[in-house]
Amino acid sequence: MAHLAASAIYLLNLRGEIIIYRTYRSEATRSLADAFRTQIVQAKDTATSPVRQLAGFNFCYIRCNNVYVLTVTKCNANAALAFKFMVQVTQLLKSYFNKFDEESIRNNFVLIYELLDEVLDYGYPQILSPDILKLYITQSSVRSFIDKAKEPVDNRATLQVTGAVGHRRDGIRYKKNEVYLDIIESVNLLMSAKGTVLRSDCSGKLMMKCFLSGMPDLKLGLNDKLTLESEGGTSKTGSKLIELDDVTFHQCVNLSRFHTDRCVSFVPPDGEFELMKYRITEGIHLPFRVLPIIKEHGRTRIECNVKIKSTFPVKLFAIGVVVRVPVPKQTARATIQVSSGKAKYNAADNCLVWKIRRFPGQTELGMSAEVELVSTTTEKKAWARPPINLEFQVPMFTSSGLRVRFLKVWEKGGYNTVKWVRCVTRAGADFGGNYEIRCS
Amino acid sequence: MSAMPVGKRLARKFGGMGGDNGRYFSTTKKGEIHEMKEELNSLDKGKKKDAVKKVIAAMTVGKDVSSLFPDVVNCMQTENLELKKLVYLYLINYAKSQPDLAIMAVNTFVKDSQDPNPLIRALAVRTMGCIRVDKITEYLCDPLQKCLKDEDPYVRKTAAVCVAKLFDISPEIVEDRGFLDMLRDLIADSNPMVVANAVAALSEIQENTSKNVFQIGAHTLYKLLAALNECTEWGQVFILDALAKYNAKDARDAESIVERVAPRLQHANCAVVLSGVKVILKQMDVMNNPEMNKALCKKMGPPLVTLLSAEPEIQYVALRNINLIIQKRPTILANDIKVFFCKYNDPIYVKMEKLEIMIRLASERNIDQVLLEFKEYATEVDVDFVRKAVRAIGRCAIALERSAEACINVLLELIQTKVNYVVQEAICVIKDIFRRYPNQYETIIATLCENLDTLDEPEAKAAMIWIIGEYAERIDNADELLETFLETFLEESTMVQLQLLTATVKLFLKRPTEGPQQKIQTVLNQATQEIDNPDLRDRAYVYWRLLSTDPEAAKDVVLAEKPTIADDSHLLDSNMLEELLANIGTLASVYHKPPEAFVSRTRIAVTRAADLEGAEEEEEEEVESSADVPSSSAAAAPVAQVTDLMGNLMDDPLPAPVDPFAPA
Repeated sequence: MAHLAASAIYLLNLRGEIIIYRTYRSEATRSLADAFRTQIVQAKDTATSPVRQLAGFNFCYIRCNNVYVLTVTKCNANAALAFKFMVQVTQLLKSYFNKFDEESIRNNFVLIYELLDEVLDYGYPQILSPDILKLYITQSSVRSFIDKAKEPVDNRATLQVTGAVGHRRDGIRYKKNEVYLDIIESVNLLMSAKGTVLRSDCSGKLMMKCFLSGMPDLKLGLNDKLTLESEGGTSKTGSKLIELDDVTFHQCVNLSRFHTDRCVSFVPPDGEFELMKYRITEGIHLPFRVLPIIKEHGRTRIECNVKIKSTFPVKLFAIGVVVRVPVPKQTARATIQVSSGKAKYNAADNCLVWKIRRFPGQTELGMSAEVELVSTTTEKKAWARPPINLEFQVPMFTSSGLRVRFLKVWEKGGYNTVKWVRCVTRAGADFGGNYEIRCS
Repeated sequence: MSAMPVGKRLARKFGGMGGDNGRYFSTTKKGEIHEMKEELNSLDKGKKKDAVKKVIAAMTVGKDVSSLFPDVVNCMQTENLELKKLVYLYLINYAKSQPDLAIMAVNTFVKDSQDPNPLIRALAVRTMGCIRVDKITEYLCDPLQKCLKDEDPYVRKTAAVCVAKLFDISPEIVEDRGFLDMLRDLIADSNPMVVANAVAALSEIQENTSKNVFQIGAHTLYKLLAALNECTEWGQVFILDALAKYNAKDARDAESIVERVAPRLQHANCAVVLSGVKVILKQMDVMNNPEMNKALCKKMGPPLVTLLSAEPEIQYVALRNINLIIQKRPTILANDIKVFFCKYNDPIYVKMEKLEIMIRLASERNIDQVLLEFKEYATEVDVDFVRKAVRAIGRCAIALERSAEACINVLLELIQTKVNYVVQEAICVIKDIFRRYPNQYETIIATLCENLDTLDEPEAKAAMIWIIGEYAERIDNADELLETFLETFLEESTMVQLQLLTATVKLFLKRPTEGPQQKIQTVLNQATQEIDNPDLRDRAYVYWRLLSTDPEAAKDVVLAEKPTIADDSHLLDSNMLEELLANIGTLASVYHKPPEAFVSRTRIAVTRAADLEGAEEEEEEEVESSADVPSSSAAAAPVAQVTDLMGNLMDDPLPAPVDPFAPA
């Protein structure tokens, strides 16, 4: 049963207690969650592997905020499917309740039961598109309101649920037709202490927000090499062509068409969605260079000098720059001087945190710190020197150089569409990008 | 009310109350069941609904509310869909414990399955299939038959899955009533989602029957490929997984499948991508066209790499699969080793798998870079990860002959850090390196000997002792070194004792002088008389007899040239690999075990905790370690056998333990 996702799904709190669960096959029981609680959560064994065998069942689990999502199966189920399903369940509930945590689950359990009945049937994932589910799974008061005009609404719902354009409902009307397109890039960097780039790549996504009437057909053009070549000829303006390592698309994009003529065409869902994801490794413009000099003087003193240079155009600026310079556990005190921004020693994370609210382009800033350590005799092992970590956002800048060349909208109604395109490059734990500079 | 901003937001959005269900959990007082019973029978609709919610809340937290069965079922006949769904949910949970009362629900089910509202028709059929009570099942057949031909695709897609449910309860009914034929008809349905669910149901039924239920022929194949482009991402997975079972007639057939499946690699859903890879890999074998296969490998690489930017759990599944895929087609990611470099904040399970893949992709071309990484990892905090990094260096040394020296130099650098567990791990792998490249790198023994006193783990001690014994003639003070270990001979673990025994014999054979002779005497005495371990005693007796009867023969045996080793312990045998590749994306591919190994047909009620951990441990087998002459395989032999052997020895006692080295 390689396409089965789950015999049961459990949402558990961090102590491993059930918040809500639903079984789909007779072999799964409530008590399986106890096995998870005692043998994984209480045994503090959540880091070994997200796929485990317990009590003759296979357990797959993820953690999202203060909730574990757990699925169990008895057979050789599709693990990739199970995990993707769980991730989408968290996204679905987030879209319903605006957040996904223990409290919001408890407060909406009736609705969640309804959703769980709809998203999986006998363990097979069915519909997880929030846009469609919201058509017919709502709060009770809305239900009774629809009941009056039951027939047309429900019939329409079921047709759309299973239809070819399963992600968009009919009859959407906007007074003003608008499309917002955001290019959001997360840069990953791994740099050695000497400044050699060990690894860098950029994962980007195109987030689209559509407020369009009817059933619009959209076509998107980017300045990437393959698309342009297939359109016969290179860019005449002589601008940079981008080589995408890989692209993945939202369900709405016609993949066969992309495969044959590299054309990104689609009927968008209503509202916000992730149209496309891409990955680039060649020719990435790294927005910051970091030069750390860390000297250990004996066992009680460390001298840190960190220089950061922004390499993006002078007209732009980065916001929310946070530099985390790790220091040993036994740090007693740190005296820090910075040329801009604020810095302090954060004992909880064992690092010096330097924050710069606004970092202009083509600028070099520096921090120097004297760190005093409590001398211990027990600490035999040398300090591991974890890497320096950067967090930032650079609006109006793509590290890959990707641009939107055109976005065409066709619709029977022939209306005019207002289009907005923005971009941002970022890194940091919250954004997925990991900007790391090693110190050893 | 514990209403939060969310509640307010929803209230605005849905024009009603919402997000305050928390209060249903709050009642914990005595007589609660009784109170709920009263409320369930209330005439006030609102109160009734609230009561059902309370019952469901109680059920959720694990209270037994089965005694309310008749009262809840009474609420089933309602126009309110939300209430109906809650009652159905209750039925799914408790019908089995109240089979006689469950019959009360049948009428409503049958009525609902004819409701003008397709959502209600589907709901009735979906729920009935989940209630495993014979009496209900009987009544399920007629509605199911109708629903399979319903005009609404939503109902048909639900009915399709219901056939699989029914088959699990009663295969006979499914066959007798012709549901299988109806299900097969649905593969030609105009609606892609119906097709996908029919495929899922048929595939599942096929797995549980010996009959030929679902065989993909040319016609079906065409239907499935056509539906692939249209249906939901989940449906695509069902179809791709079914296609992965299809055996192409010839190269052209295979080609046309690959052509249709390849665009799936660009899908945002990881399960679609992995199932797509599974189909393509299978057809590549049939196509057997080097040019085309090369192009396909090139195409599959980037999507696989992209999976590494997903959630860590998905990364883990992807990495376990990539491990298999590159064993079969190493070119797919040959140039992408960098993407497997560990990030400092990767979860440990991701790091471990990345390391495993880095070892596989390491080559003479990239080894310098890889070694720098491994060295970096060896200074990290997590001890298990550090150890694995050190092992990785050793495995690269063994696999890549021309880079062995570079690897050894890194290991020596790591030994200089004097970090206890790094040193010990390094010594273990260096022993393996010596076995792989005899007589090449022994100059480093001196460095190793400087670290004797830091060794406190049996494996590292045993490795070091093996090295001392094996190279006794080149270590001037081998005698003294062994002496330090021998002082604690009786307290050591069996592993170390066995190595000490063998090493002492080796030392004696290489240097038959007085010191070693005394030592061997003591060791043999202790091993045969003071230690209860039969394996050790046995080995000691074997040596003793050898030495006392024919020292030359002893030399031939103990100092025999050992075959060089290779690191193949991490490679799967080709049959197993093929089987796992046919299961890409599934649990089998994550465990690296065939499905039979962990799927049991019979139900196991409770399994002991010890049995549960098996899954993760079995992969830890390392390079064949110092299997010295009297093979330690005896240790693995059943205990009964060993004691038998001991019995024989006792019946036929050795010559009294006089000096075994006196000329015979």
